[in-house]
Amino acid sequence: MWSSFKRWFHQWGSPKWFYERSLVWSRWLGLIALLCIPTSIIWGLFFAPADYQQGNSFRIIYLHVPAAVLAQSCYVLMAIAGLVGLVWKMKVADVVLKSAAPIGASFCFLALFTGAVWGKPTWGTWWVWDARLTSMLILLFLYFGVIALESAIQDTITAAKAAAILCLVSVVNIPIIKYSVDVWNTLHQPATFKLTEKPAMPMEMWLPLLIMTIGIYAFFGYVLFLRSRNEIIERERRTLWVRELVERESVA
Amino acid sequence: MSVASPSLWQVFFAVVKRDLLLAFRRRQDLANPLIFFVIVISLFPLGVSPESSFLATAAAGVVWVAALLATLLSLDGMFRADYEDGALEQMLLTPQPLFLLVLGKVLAHWLVTGLPLILLSPILAIMLHLDESLLTILALTLLVGTPVLSLVGAIGAALTVGLRVGGVLISLLILPLYIPVLIFGTGAVQAAAAGSEYTGFLAIQGAILMLALALAPFAAAAGLKISVSN
Amino acid sequence: MSFASFSDIIHMGGHGFYVWLAYGVGFAILGYNLVAPKMKRNALKKRLSQQLKREKLAK
Repeated sequence: MWSSFKRWFHQWGSPKWFYERSLVWSRWLGLIALLCIPTSIIWGLFFAPADYQQGNSFRIIYLHVPAAVLAQSCYVLMAIAGLVGLVWKMKVADVVLKSAAPIGASFCFLALFTGAVWGKPTWGTWWVWDARLTSMLILLFLYFGVIALESAIQDTITAAKAAAILCLVSVVNIPIIKYSVDVWNTLHQPATFKLTEKPAMPMEMWLPLLIMTIGIYAFFGYVLFLRSRNEIIERERRTLWVRELVERESVA
Repeated sequence: MSVASPSLWQVFFAVVKRDLLLAFRRRQDLANPLIFFVIVISLFPLGVSPESSFLATAAAGVVWVAALLATLLSLDGMFRADYEDGALEQMLLTPQPLFLLVLGKVLAHWLVTGLPLILLSPILAIMLHLDESLLTILALTLLVGTPVLSLVGAIGAALTVGLRVGGVLISLLILPLYIPVLIFGTGAVQAAAAGSEYTGFLAIQGAILMLALALAPFAAAAGLKISVSN
Repeated sequence: MSFASFSDIIHMGGHGFYVWLAYGVGFAILGYNLVAPKMKRNALKKRLSQQLKREKLAK
C-alpha cells in the first residue's frame, strides 16, 4: 500500500511522465469543456428566463461567477503547487505554478470586466467599490506580482522558488484581505444590493451556471496542460526524450 | 581553541546595533523617506482641495497612504547594501538562525523609518485639520501598523534583493499585502471620529502584527536564501 | 426560448449592449487562452528542431 503510494507520488516528479499523461487528461478535459461551455452559453443566453428585477442583464452571471470562482481557486492551486515545489522540489509543480499565473490573471480580469459591465445597468455606474469587486481587484494585483516576479528573475529554478514563496505569503494574506475589505465596505456603505446572492434562483437559471462552472474548470485544466507542456519542453530541451520528441514531430 | 558562541540575544542586538550605526552614517538616506512623506502629504491639499472639512475627513487616509509609500521607498535598501558587499552571505553562513538576523534588521529598519513617521504624523495631521482628539489615535494606529509594514516589506525586499529592477518590483509585490493594515488603521481613526468604538480596529491591527511577527521573518529568511544562492 | 425574434436576442430588452460586450470580451479571453499556448508551441517546435539540425551538421 505505502510503497505503491510512494511510486505513484514519485511519478509526479518526472516531467516526462507528466507530459505523456497530461496528453491523455487534456483530451478528456477538452471534451468536457467543449460540451459544457457552448451548452450553458446557449442555454443561459437564449433559453433561461429573464430575471424579474434585472431583466436580461443578469445573463452576464454565466461568465462573471465562473470566472470569479476560477480566479480564486487558481491562486490557491498556485500556492499548493508552490508548497509542493518548495518541499519536494518537484519540477512539475514549478511548471504548473508558472503556467497557471497568466490564465488565472486573465480570468480575474474577465470577472472584473463583466462585473463592471453588469454594474452599469444594475447600479447605474460602471464601477462600484463593492466588497467583492474590490477583493477581485486586489487578487488581480496579486497575480500581477507573481507574473512580474517570475519574469524578473532569469534563472528558472530561482524564479520558481521565489514565486512559490510569494504565492504562499499572499495566500495567507487573502483571507485577511477579504475580511478587511468586508469591514471597510460595511464601514462606508451598508450592503444594499448583492449581485449574486439571490434568495431563490429558479432551476432554469442555476443549472446552466453549474454547467458553465464545470466547463470553465475543464477549460482551465486544458489550457493549463497546454502551457505546462510548452514549459516542460523548454526547460527539458537538453534531455534525450525531448530531443526525440522534437525530431519525431518535425518529421511528421 | 574553542570560542564560546554568542547567545541569540547578543547576536540579535549586534545586528540591530550594526544596522543603526550604518543608517546614522548615511544621514541623507535616513531623511529621504521622511521628506518624501511630508511632500506626498502636502500634495493632497494642493491636488484635491484645501478645504478644512474635506481635509479633516481625508487626513487619516492621506497620512496612512503616505506612510505606506515612504516605507516602500526605504525597503529596497534593507538588504541591498549587505548583498552587494557580501555581508549577507556571511549572515547566511552564521550558525545562528537566519530569521533572527532578519528580525534584527527589520527592527533596525522600523526604528529608522517607522518610528520617525509616527513622530512626524501629529504635526502633519494638524496641518490636515484632523480633530485634535484623534491625533493620539492616529499615532497609535501607526505605532501598531508600521512594524507590520517593515515585517511584510522585508519579504519583498528579500525576494528582489538580487535583481536590478528591485525597487519597482517590491511595490508591485508588497502594496496589495499592505491593504489590510491600511484599512484597519484608517478605520480606527474614522470610527473614533464618528464617536463609535475604535479599540476593535486596534485589536485587529495588533493581531495582524502578531501574525506578521510570527511568520514574516521565516518567509523573508527563505527568500534571502533563494536570492543569494542564485 | 425566452425571445420571440432575432432582433429581440440582439436587443435583450434594452440590455443588449452590456450582455454582448461582456460575452464578447469573455470569448476573446477564452480564445486568447487557447491560441497563445498553441502559437508558442509552434514557435518552440521550430526553434528546437532548427537547433537540433544545426547540432547534427556540426557533428
